[in-house]
Formats: sequence, structure tokens, C-alpha cells
Amino acid sequence: MPMDANEIERLIKSRIPDANVTIRDLAGDGDHYAATVIAESFRGKSRVQQHQLVYEALKGQMGGALHALALQTGIPSS
Amino acid sequence: MSIQQFIDNEVKSNDVVLFMKGTPQFPQCGFSGQVVQILDHLGVAYKGINVLESDEIREGIKAYAQWPTIPQLYVKGEFVGGCDIIREMFQAGELQQVMQDKGVVGKTHA
Repeated sequence: MPMDANEIERLIKSRIPDANVTIRDLAGDGDHYAATVIAESFRGKSRVQQHQLVYEALKGQMGGALHALALQTGIPSS
Repeated sequence: MSIQQFIDNEVKSNDVVLFMKGTPQFPQCGFSGQVVQILDHLGVAYKGINVLESDEIREGIKAYAQWPTIPQLYVKGEFVGGCDIIREMFQAGELQQVMQDKGVVGKTHA
């Protein structure tokens, strides 16, 4: 079942409260998204660790209900 | 040998390993295909493992790296990233640096 973009944002923010989340529905089918997650709390973490935090936030939906989420993470540029 | 031991052995006994859908010659998923293209462009030798051939490996590799998606790239025993991270690193020139730092040298490209 496809996932709503708002639901994705809500899940990410529940785990990473300081996250600035931008989501684009790539195909307009509610199934292929690109998300940019910028958070100060990512500072000092590797890219893999940053992505793992986001995947954790999505509680196993990734690869399941959420078929494709192109993910980009980063820290705020002051 | 358990599946986790099998994966661990593959990751540690090959310099560069890509767990992917399909084969380097015939990727069966766009994300896997992108990483193949990047590795081919860098000219590094790598071993491709097709997770579509085994549900055990397909699920096992997700647990191994605590990473929910495929492809997964390992260099010298270390998980470097999935498709998005690899592409981002490649575009920033970081992937080339990682390969160099770990002593994995491409065939061409100065």
C-alpha cells in the first residue's frame, strides 16, 4: 500500500525532532519519493548513520509499504 | 555455515563487494544499475552478489548492515552505503577517495 508524504514526514520528525524535511512525490503515485532531511543532530555522524536514523524513524516501512525513497541527508549550513 | 557467516565471509574476503539485484552484466533494478555504472566508471574490480538468487541472502544482508534496502556496497569489509550515498559520494569525489585510502585502485582515470 502506498504511503502518504505527510505520514513519512511525521514519522521522520517523531524520531528526529529537529529535522527539516522536504518530500517530493517523484511519480505522483504515492510510491516513489525523494526526501531531503536536514538536521543539526546529524552533526558528527557519517552518512550511513544519518540514513540509518531516518530508516529507523520509518519503522521498517522502508522496503515494505514504502517502495522507493531516494534519501539525502545533511546538516544545516549555518 | 549460517547465512550471516556466509555474508561476513564474502564481505571480508573480497576488496569490493556489491550486493545487488541482478548481475553487473544485467542489473535488474535501476538502483543497483546506477551503482554498477559508477563502479565500472571508476574501473575498480568488484564482486557482484545477486540477492534475487536467494531469499536468505536478500533478507540476511539487510540484517547484516541494519540497512533495509539493496544495493549495498562494501569496501574492505566496511559498509559504505546504498545507492543514494554512493551516488552522492561519487559526485563529490569522495568515493574515489575512499577507494584510494583503502588501497583499491581503479584501472584508469588519474
